[in-house]
Amino acid sequence: MTPAPTQEPTVSVPDTPTETQLLVEPSSMSPRRRVLEGLLRSREFSILVVLLLVIAAATIKNPSFLLSSSGWRDLLLTPSMLILLAVGQAAVIITRNVDLSVGSVLGLTAYLTGRLFIDHPELPMVAVFVAAIVVGGLLGLINGLLVALARVPALVITLGTLYIYRGIVLSWAGSSRINASDLPSGFLSLGTAQVLTIPVLFIVAVAVLVAVGYYLYTARSGREFYAIGSDPDAAVLYGLNVRRRVVGAFVLSGALAGLAGVVFAARYGSVSSDAGTGIELQAVAAVVIGGVAIFGGSGTVWGAALGAVLLVTINRALPMLGIPDFWQQALVGALILSAIVLDRVLAARQSRRLVEARDPS
Amino acid sequence: MTSISRRSAVLGVAALTAGLALTGCTKAATDSGTAGTGAATAAGKLSVVFIPKNLGNPYFDTSDAGGKKAVEALGGTYSEVGPQQASPDGQVQYINTAAQQHVSALVVSANDPKAIGDALNQARKGGTKVVTFDSDTDAQYRDLFINQASPEGLAKVEVDGITKQIGDSGEIAILSASANATNQNAWIDLMKKDLAANHPNVKLVDVVYGNDDDQTSFDKTAALLQTHPNLKGIISPTTVGVAAAARYLSTSDKKVKVALTGLGTPNQMREYVKNGTVNEFYLWNPADLGALAAYAADALVKGKITGKEGDTFTAGSLGDFKVGANQTVLLGDPFAFNAGNIDQFKF
Repeated sequence: MTPAPTQEPTVSVPDTPTETQLLVEPSSMSPRRRVLEGLLRSREFSILVVLLLVIAAATIKNPSFLLSSSGWRDLLLTPSMLILLAVGQAAVIITRNVDLSVGSVLGLTAYLTGRLFIDHPELPMVAVFVAAIVVGGLLGLINGLLVALARVPALVITLGTLYIYRGIVLSWAGSSRINASDLPSGFLSLGTAQVLTIPVLFIVAVAVLVAVGYYLYTARSGREFYAIGSDPDAAVLYGLNVRRRVVGAFVLSGALAGLAGVVFAARYGSVSSDAGTGIELQAVAAVVIGGVAIFGGSGTVWGAALGAVLLVTINRALPMLGIPDFWQQALVGALILSAIVLDRVLAARQSRRLVEARDPS
Repeated sequence: MTSISRRSAVLGVAALTAGLALTGCTKAATDSGTAGTGAATAAGKLSVVFIPKNLGNPYFDTSDAGGKKAVEALGGTYSEVGPQQASPDGQVQYINTAAQQHVSALVVSANDPKAIGDALNQARKGGTKVVTFDSDTDAQYRDLFINQASPEGLAKVEVDGITKQIGDSGEIAILSASANATNQNAWIDLMKKDLAANHPNVKLVDVVYGNDDDQTSFDKTAALLQTHPNLKGIISPTTVGVAAAARYLSTSDKKVKVALTGLGTPNQMREYVKNGTVNEFYLWNPADLGALAAYAADALVKGKITGKEGDTFTAGSLGDFKVGANQTVLLGDPFAFNAGNIDQFKF
């Protein structure tokens, strides 16, 4: 800690590292302040601020956006499905993979949901939920095994299964579709049911978010997701069971896409063979906007969920602010780009700091 | 070595092709393979073969049932054959078979305006009359086309329906399919003209596009209701759009306050007509369409008409019809579905 003897006063003389010196000093701030500062600086917080600004702008323009009963309900209900997908996608992307098949998994399980209600009306609703989650999980397992065992990039594998799973729905459903009159009214009303003004589907999404978020933040195996995404080779050398975690991430993503399929059926009431087409890109966008690095290793599911809410809410708010369709899309694109640029800037700054701390020149 | 592997590759490809061809054959096996009984050939007795776009499609089940009724009322024999999947050339083999049996008429909903043209012309050379319905081929391949609806009729019935429901004044919006769908845009233009000319107090405030996707149409409806708090009515001239809009409306506090109509199918709309979200929506009656096609085929076979413009014929209880330009017969005004009649339709 003491400066070296002054020999060359013109040159700034850094501390010579000694054995006791730490690379990074422990914070001298009080714990409360540290938490607060950490929160304020976090990506999640800045997304939340943008989200609140969007909601505020839309509400000023049209108070019913937030203050009417339908407005409040839709604000929470509309993003519920994408939150589920984004949470699963975040877990996969954190391990430096990606799951592009979720849209097709969603379509398949949404159609399955309808078919189960039509062909087996005696089944309780819970069984249908379980069936969709299990089928989604199995489809995710196929993705995970292919990625983990074949050692082909997940982008390619899941692009393939995107088409295969969609092909299954197309040949199964053909030109037929599930109509609202085919579904039990108890199930349809679940689509808009509320508890203390909070939609049930939103509660389901938040419960999943909290469970996955808690797991990734605290559990040892959850932390391994990050280790794998930061440096897969190092994770292998370190002795982590990379295959198992990667397969686990894909199963989680598939199962959540399966759950999202049931949510789709309950919310929209009709399912055709192209249900959920293209939604995988929204899920990836939500994750990226939410501050999860596309090459894995950092970010949180909280951020991904906020990204999902922001994406959906912007899409709903922009037409109200009088912005035409094309610019809505362009704005979402700009959001994604700025999120990635911000990512790069932060990462570069961070690595510069670490380098400086390691070998002071 | 390479030559061997190349040969085996060729063999493999050949085997695959054969396999595909075989599965294609099995798939295309007919359900109601009664075409063979159409041996009651041209002379005298009427035999009509219906070829829908694909079998097992509730829409064509309804239209062909109407056709069957009409053919039997005329004392002819009816049969229905067709592919399992609506592929462009899947209908060719059924047309060829029917032509070889010299049935007196074919009633076809074309999967492709050109792909089945040669087969149809071959059949016509053999004396079989060809009537298309629902989806036309190019005009040189058939004797008559039975058109389910005219753009003018569809546009007018929807505008009349919505203006009647909102008391002929207030704001309305249109939820369309995609921004570049030709037929949608033609209808929307006609609606705009009709509104401007006949409904000065009704203001069209927005046209939004749901891309014929359940989710997008649903979300666009939500946005419409948010953006235009004084909206009184929505027209959605697309079956996907009107069902998605009805689904959103039925769960919204705007239910009943905002009227909705458009082009829909009974199966998709049943729930919303019964729960009061939608009073009335429109389409043609496929059973009438099938029946008219059958009567037209009969008139052609018996030589009452040749298919040229101005020919007239009677189609049982449907009334009298006149052949218009391009050898086309128009079914008439669209059919209104409402709580009173919706349960008679299963398509």
